Amino acid sequence: MPTKVHVTAKINGDEVEFLCEPRQSLLECLRDILNLTGTKEGCNDGNCGACSVLLNGRLVNSCLVLGVEIDGQEVTTVEGLAGARELHPLQQVFLEHAALQCGICTPGFLVAAKALLDRYPHPSEEQIRFWLAGNLCRCTGYDKIVRAVMDAAKKLSQRTGEVHP
Amino acid sequence: MKAFEYRAPRSLSEAVALLAEKGEKARPLAGGTDLIVQLRGGRLDLDFVVDIKWIPELNQLSYDPASGLTIGAAVPCYRIYEDPVIRRVYPGLVDAASIIGGIGIQGRATWGGNLCNSSPSGDTIPALMVLGATCTIAGPNGTRTVPVEQFCTAPGRNVLRRGEMLVSFHIPVPLPHSGAYYLRFIPRNEMDIAVVGAGASVVLSNDLSTITAARIALGAVAPTPLLAESAGNALIGKRISDETIAEAARLAQQAARPITDMRGTIAQRRHLVGVLTKRALHGAIERAQKGASHAH
Ligand SMILES: Cc1cc2nc3c(=O)[nH]c(=O)nc-3n(C[C@H](O)[C@H](O)[C@H](O)COP(=O)(O)OP(=O)(O)OC[C@H]3O[C@@H](n4cnc5c(N)ncnc54)[C@H](O)[C@@H]3O)c2cc1C
Ligand code: FES
Ligand code: FES
Repeated sequence: MPTKVHVTAKINGDEVEFLCEPRQSLLECLRDILNLTGTKEGCNDGNCGACSVLLNGRLVNSCLVLGVEIDGQEVTTVEGLAGARELHPLQQVFLEHAALQCGICTPGFLVAAKALLDRYPHPSEEQIRFWLAGNLCRCTGYDKIVRAVMDAAKKLSQRTGEVHP
Repeated sequence: MKAFEYRAPRSLSEAVALLAEKGEKARPLAGGTDLIVQLRGGRLDLDFVVDIKWIPELNQLSYDPASGLTIGAAVPCYRIYEDPVIRRVYPGLVDAASIIGGIGIQGRATWGGNLCNSSPSGDTIPALMVLGATCTIAGPNGTRTVPVEQFCTAPGRNVLRRGEMLVSFHIPVPLPHSGAYYLRFIPRNEMDIAVVGAGASVVLSNDLSTITAARIALGAVAPTPLLAESAGNALIGKRISDETIAEAARLAQQAARPITDMRGTIAQRRHLVGVLTKRALHGAIERAQKGASHAH
């Protein structure tokens, strides 16, 4: 019986230590050990994007990462998006555009959209659709989600004083 | 998932020693986008998982205008398509890197993992074959080199022996007036596995009218990705025309040995080989004419 492994990582800016078995996915570690249940499990095989998190700033499916692999690394989950007092602009526009119904896909979409906007602050609609292609939604029909991300891009660039090209 | 032990060696020799010692019950872990799915599904039963992402040789990505490109086996797709030199000199590799899974998969999925998983539909494999890529393999008895087209031996099987692992790919400097292109057919625009994939590379004469060398490789139409040598050779010395391209496509269709499965039928796949081979050749020729692959 393999023993548990000690993992130290930075999650949403906080130093975190935990013990896990090598076979436990990052998704399981987040939800079952660290009680960060914002990240959702859908397919558990890389196809739905509900488990999306950022690993060292890169979008990954946490169901396909082992918890032990994040030792010494930085992870951002949906819990890391909002500020102390206000929602992240993406979260705010998702509400305003009714870009969610049941909500199970929402944390994954928010994290994937953040990964996109961090890299490309002024994405085209096509770029948004490609970046979100790894996230499945059974309720909204996607269009509201895409509109919300376009709106968030606009609001974020206004906030930083940039001009939309 | 069944329990296993995890190691993340920092050196190649350490990783090889671990793999050699543990044998069949140990496997390298790169991006995990195949391995973790297979472990969870019970298709693979391991006692030992060796994370190879921390080995320096497996993370190299370097281009030398004299000797060509080296891609470490643990380099994920995003590093390929974000690299400005690769975008300029080897756009055929960018074609493959940017269609594997979605952005989240591309953040992890490595080129070594795609080849070592040895699926007939692995998208990087035809793209590497048409560029004449070779693999460097390290094992208990030292290193050896194998051309990519000889690496896969059957679905999920390859030439790696006990204790061996893939270290890197080497891709020669493209010749002047050359170009390469890869594409596949899937029922949607992204996030699916190829029904058929086709890659092509060409070298053109100085006046850009005649093909002096060509390679065509196919995915998902045989037990392994396939270099269709007869199809490529038929283009040598031919002037570029719809007829010569159609003839190469016909020979590629002959080389294909497709099966019927949940993704497509034999007839559909054979048809697709013809269509995609033509498109891949047109794409490669256009890049060669535009001078897409300037070595400097
Ligand atoms: C949602 C989803 C979508 C996908 N879409 C595509 C697609 O469009 N096209 C496509 O081709 N594939 C696709 N795949 C499959 C997979 O992502 C790719 O095959 C990927 O390149 C595998 O790389 P990896 O680093 O994740 O490999 P891993 O899963 O880490 O390893 C795969 C296999 O290779 C072995 N291995 C890895 N590295 C080495 C090495 N250096 N030496 C020896 N053995 C090694 C492992 O032991 C394992 O057996 C998809 C997978 C998922 C989950
Ligand atoms: S739960 Fe990870 S991709 Fe679906
Ligand atoms: S809101 Fe229900 S799955 Fe997207």
